[in-house]
Amino acid sequence: MSKVTQLLRFITAGSVDDGKSTLIGRLLHDSKSIFEDQLSAISRTSAKRGMSAVDLSLLTDGLQAEREQGITIDVAYRYFATPKRKFIIGDTPGHEQYTRNMVTAASTANLVIILVDARKGVLVQTRRHTYLASLVGIPHVVLAVNKMDMVDYSEARFSEICAEYLDFAAQLGLTDVTCIPLSALMGDMLVERGNNLDWYQGTTLMNLLENIVIDHDVNTTDFRYPVQWVCRPQSDEFHDFRGFMGRIEAGEIAVGDEITVLPSGRCTKVKEIVSYDGSLQRAFAPQSVTLELEDEIDISRGDMFVRSENPPKVEKQFEAMLCWLSDIPLDKNRKYLVKHTTRTVKCFISDIKYVVNVNTLDQHGTATFNMNDIGRVAVKTQQPLVFDSYSVDRATGSFIMIDETTNNTVAAGMIA
Amino acid sequence: MKIAEKYMTAHTFTHLDALESESIHIMREVAAECKNPALLFSGGKDSIVMLRLAEKAFRPARFPFPLVHIDTEHNFPEVIAFRDKRAAELGERLIVRSLEDSIRKGTVVLKNALHSRNVFQSVTLLETIAEFGFDACMGGARRDEEKSRAKERIFSFRDEFGQWDPKNQRPELWDIYNTRVHPGENIRVFPISNWTEMDIWQYIEREQLEIPSIYFAHEREVIQRPGGIMPVSELVQPRAGEKVEIKTVRFRTVGDITCTCPVESVARNAREIIEETAITRITERGATRMDDQTSEASMELRKKEGYF
Repeated sequence: MSKVTQLLRFITAGSVDDGKSTLIGRLLHDSKSIFEDQLSAISRTSAKRGMSAVDLSLLTDGLQAEREQGITIDVAYRYFATPKRKFIIGDTPGHEQYTRNMVTAASTANLVIILVDARKGVLVQTRRHTYLASLVGIPHVVLAVNKMDMVDYSEARFSEICAEYLDFAAQLGLTDVTCIPLSALMGDMLVERGNNLDWYQGTTLMNLLENIVIDHDVNTTDFRYPVQWVCRPQSDEFHDFRGFMGRIEAGEIAVGDEITVLPSGRCTKVKEIVSYDGSLQRAFAPQSVTLELEDEIDISRGDMFVRSENPPKVEKQFEAMLCWLSDIPLDKNRKYLVKHTTRTVKCFISDIKYVVNVNTLDQHGTATFNMNDIGRVAVKTQQPLVFDSYSVDRATGSFIMIDETTNNTVAAGMIA
Repeated sequence: MKIAEKYMTAHTFTHLDALESESIHIMREVAAECKNPALLFSGGKDSIVMLRLAEKAFRPARFPFPLVHIDTEHNFPEVIAFRDKRAAELGERLIVRSLEDSIRKGTVVLKNALHSRNVFQSVTLLETIAEFGFDACMGGARRDEEKSRAKERIFSFRDEFGQWDPKNQRPELWDIYNTRVHPGENIRVFPISNWTEMDIWQYIEREQLEIPSIYFAHEREVIQRPGGIMPVSELVQPRAGEKVEIKTVRFRTVGDITCTCPVESVARNAREIIEETAITRITERGATRMDDQTSEASMELRKKEGYF
């Protein structure tokens, strides 16, 4: 793996007060990802607003409306790289519509950095962020105990916060949690260790981001291949070519392997794995490829290829955790579209089991879902879906709901 | 976990492989779900990468969409020659619509002949979308280019006026894309949203993609102006008191010839450009685009007007 630079997507959760922007700013700055013209633009703006120092949070405030009001209204993506890895940061604002934005950014993340202020410790919002991270199934969690300089770099204070947090994280079933004491302002334990936290033997934040193993995050055992597009060139050279194009969402496949096509249940074998760069002997998630099959079977977009062992479910009803994203509440009498892998079908919510108070994690009954509500529902679909539980496979366990009238995306779902 | 071990050792899946697979997946979603898509191709480096990704997504078949270029006619001749050559090599259909058409129709009114035309591309683009009834246009914009792009979705919904409403974007989760539009509306799709300038150059090197010669260091007559170095052309001539110099330069971006500045460089191939990119201290657009320096919100304002 010597020359391989992998891609790590992470998000940061915490409010401006926790020093989130300063932390991102320092990661970018110390990895030399802030450019001179960006720095001079935000210096001018900082001066215009009467600030004495350069406000690094301005780097992520992209839109005019945000700059005018000094707020962040949406998810912004930032990019930086070190010689070891390339990083994509999903930066979400810490207030209004937080649930919606965090769930959106979290859906593609490998890792979340949850920030707490060492003076304040684990707060209601820390629990909320952690719950959302566990709900969306982010595999790796870093608790960044920031502003250690404000508590005299106290080991006792750090240990106290970690103990409380780890206890809570365990209740949610989070298994990979790393606690790091740091000071984003002073730069301690971000990229450099600094001289103030000598009692801490663990990793710096950057060292962890660069080295954490994320390969196991992809489900490598159950082959899942939703058909995206059927390729029929109908040219003289490729007269009989019928290729099924898609991305391997989980597992791997080799020439000669037996597969089952769902929902029809027909079986055949892989004749060839076609790619622009030549035929492949085997292919694996998350490669985008083209499969030719031994037998002529009626196959179209929305079908899924799987191995005969470990099949997913093929059903017209299921339960799911639903996050409501629209300002128009859920209407149980209405039909919506559900888009799941490459299949889009009509659905309705047949039952609301409960809604979760994301601050206390209490569950209670409700008649509808409003924006930012999260809870468990039963869904019925007009046609069967081919799915796994979200905890087994993010790609085949997730779906979105679309309102056919407005065409807006109104909900995100994770199959139980 | 036998398979997992094999996965770990047998394959080296680089960040370029990950980005490539994501982009192919996006292009295939567009082809499968949109009725009448198009791919915007200017002959610039990002859209050259887009063409390679389209080849990887759809070969051995033809592309299930035409290539479209909105021509400002303020071009670098090398880029236009390259555009036509590449489209011909690929055997794909290229539609060119010119800003001049819009000027003749009166839908674009320039202040003077030298006025930058980038901002008016939106008008001609919207007219072209209407003419052909495109419901999706794929473009090679990247989120690392500019602050408002960093907040734009991969599938960016536009209303009947082609306008982007940053406060009212569709949530985009996992990689399940909502491609639905009403008649008259359309979607701009950015399959290389997550690529950076460095990724583009690394991919050009890896795939050995041919690109227009002006991307590599060459000697050129230039004028030093406050916003940057301006290339001398029919449209850009020295003003009183300005001196024409010959410098060794390359272009980091290619757009309207009246507002695209080269940078001083000695890089003669992709490898050397990667080395220069690794140590540069100025952003791509900051160094090369006069039109983005007009105000801090220039790109956002143009996007709201229908720009891609």
